[in-house]
Amino acid sequence: MNIVVLVKQVPDTGAERTLSQTDHTLDREDADLVLDEINERAAEAALILKETTDAHITVVSMGPDSAREAIRKVLAMGADRGIHICDDRLRGADVLTTAKVLAAAVRTVEDVDLVLAGNTTTDGQASAVPAIVAELLGLPQLTHVRQLTVDAGQVSAERETDNGEATLQAPLPALVSITEKINEPRYPSFKGIMAAKKKPVHTPDLDDLFPDADDSGLLVTRTRVVEAVPRPPRAAGIRITDDGSAGRHLVEYLIARKLV
Amino acid sequence: MPDVLVLVDHDGEHVYKSTYELLAAARRLGDPAAVVVGTPGTAGRFKESLARHGATSVYAAESGEAGEFLATPTVDALELAVRDASPAAVLVCATTDGREAAGRLAARLDAGLLIDAVDLDSSGVVTQIVFGGSYTVRSEVTHGTPVLALRPGAVEPEEHPVTAVERTLALPSVDPAASARITARRTGLAGDRPALNEATVVVSGGRGVGGAQGFEVVEELADALGGAVGASRAAVDAGYYPHQFQVGQTGKSVSPQLYIALGISGAIQHLAGMQTSKTIVAVNKDPEAPIFGLADCGVVGDLFAVAPQLTEGVAARRAVR
Repeated sequence: MNIVVLVKQVPDTGAERTLSQTDHTLDREDADLVLDEINERAAEAALILKETTDAHITVVSMGPDSAREAIRKVLAMGADRGIHICDDRLRGADVLTTAKVLAAAVRTVEDVDLVLAGNTTTDGQASAVPAIVAELLGLPQLTHVRQLTVDAGQVSAERETDNGEATLQAPLPALVSITEKINEPRYPSFKGIMAAKKKPVHTPDLDDLFPDADDSGLLVTRTRVVEAVPRPPRAAGIRITDDGSAGRHLVEYLIARKLV
Repeated sequence: MPDVLVLVDHDGEHVYKSTYELLAAARRLGDPAAVVVGTPGTAGRFKESLARHGATSVYAAESGEAGEFLATPTVDALELAVRDASPAAVLVCATTDGREAAGRLAARLDAGLLIDAVDLDSSGVVTQIVFGGSYTVRSEVTHGTPVLALRPGAVEPEEHPVTAVERTLALPSVDPAASARITARRTGLAGDRPALNEATVVVSGGRGVGGAQGFEVVEELADALGGAVGASRAAVDAGYYPHQFQVGQTGKSVSPQLYIALGISGAIQHLAGMQTSKTIVAVNKDPEAPIFGLADCGVVGDLFAVAPQLTEGVAARRAVR
């Protein structure tokens, strides 16, 4: 079975994140970049399948040079090879272009049975990339799943979203995005880290992925930031220390603001 | 005026309030045209209420299998409606399903996509709040038909009665090799409470609630206020409350008129999902809890003392009115 895992490097949510003054893109130079936690769980889901089937795992990431570290981490966990799309022309890529590049990279892998991704990233929050990749590849989308079973050419999954829960079923090949509840990712072993250094990482450029693009090339973004303004931190209001009557004070507070 | 497509969010029986919010936002750009995807007869049931909120046309994209497959019937319907109406924009709710449908539609149209907008002006510029509330970004689509996903609760719904024309879209049959089949569905356990992203009041509990039983205090306050119940990730992870009620970065983003946080310390992941609420009230034992940094009214105290008193006071106030 051929599995592709899509991963993304993101700024650490614990660190301050800033937008570049010049082009309103994420200031990645200043940010502390880490492999997105949910992506580690997508990799873990692939590795669990590899334990019971004869699976080959390719990890794909789009991003600057530093994204190589995210790929290495997944290789150290046990994936077999990497594809890193790193091209300056992709700076400021929108959600759709990101998905197109990832889909094109998946197409370079032969006979893919399963594409795995995290259901959301902690930075962009669009949560749409896996669905768009499924659209572009013509694969069934089984997204936001907390439980996954692959058997006899079929994938079934438990989807959990704000619209409730659903059981999904589709034939392979398929795309699955997993939630943070699916598993606990393993730590790379020392042996794994050493082995990862010898695993191949292919670095196709955009011209390899899109040989038919004309001279104007790939549309990088279809949206434009008009204005980006840092928000003043929300100021703290009044503070009450409960002396036995705070609940009644709160009632008055809500009445005064016409909230009850 | 050009048409503006609005994807109707519904449960088969009722149109969700977020749809009326989209119709109000759509009127800033043109004539709202509502797209109903469902089993035969659904659009007919919704037509009157959609027209009352300004929909000048209602597209019926109906088939027996529309609800049996994930995402693709909705995307097919929207694509057909775009081809028919050449709209100024397509608006969907920024729910999980809405975001995915918006993304896939944008891919088919090779069009710009803006997700989780909290406002939309008459020139099509949308406002988003990014990085857990640290930036306000205003953006516009520069290529193709704008596909915009609006955060539920961000725009006020308005009644604007018009006469709606019904139009029919012929949904293609679903390719089972390219779509996931929904074999079972378990919808919300919220009972009579409003849905989290519909509610004007949300009362959430955190680790400080101490256990599943402690959530009764949260529920009682929510019920007194006619609100929804939410939970922090810590409370969900500890098994106090089901995941679908999780508010925060990996749960739902809400922006109600009133958000009451009980026993929630205020991890950045939680704040990201609620800090656009209009008024925030927090009750926590720990005076150093980060939630107090953004609460309009913070109470340092035991939630099991404060919340029941508040519940009683609210109930008494409601009884008088």
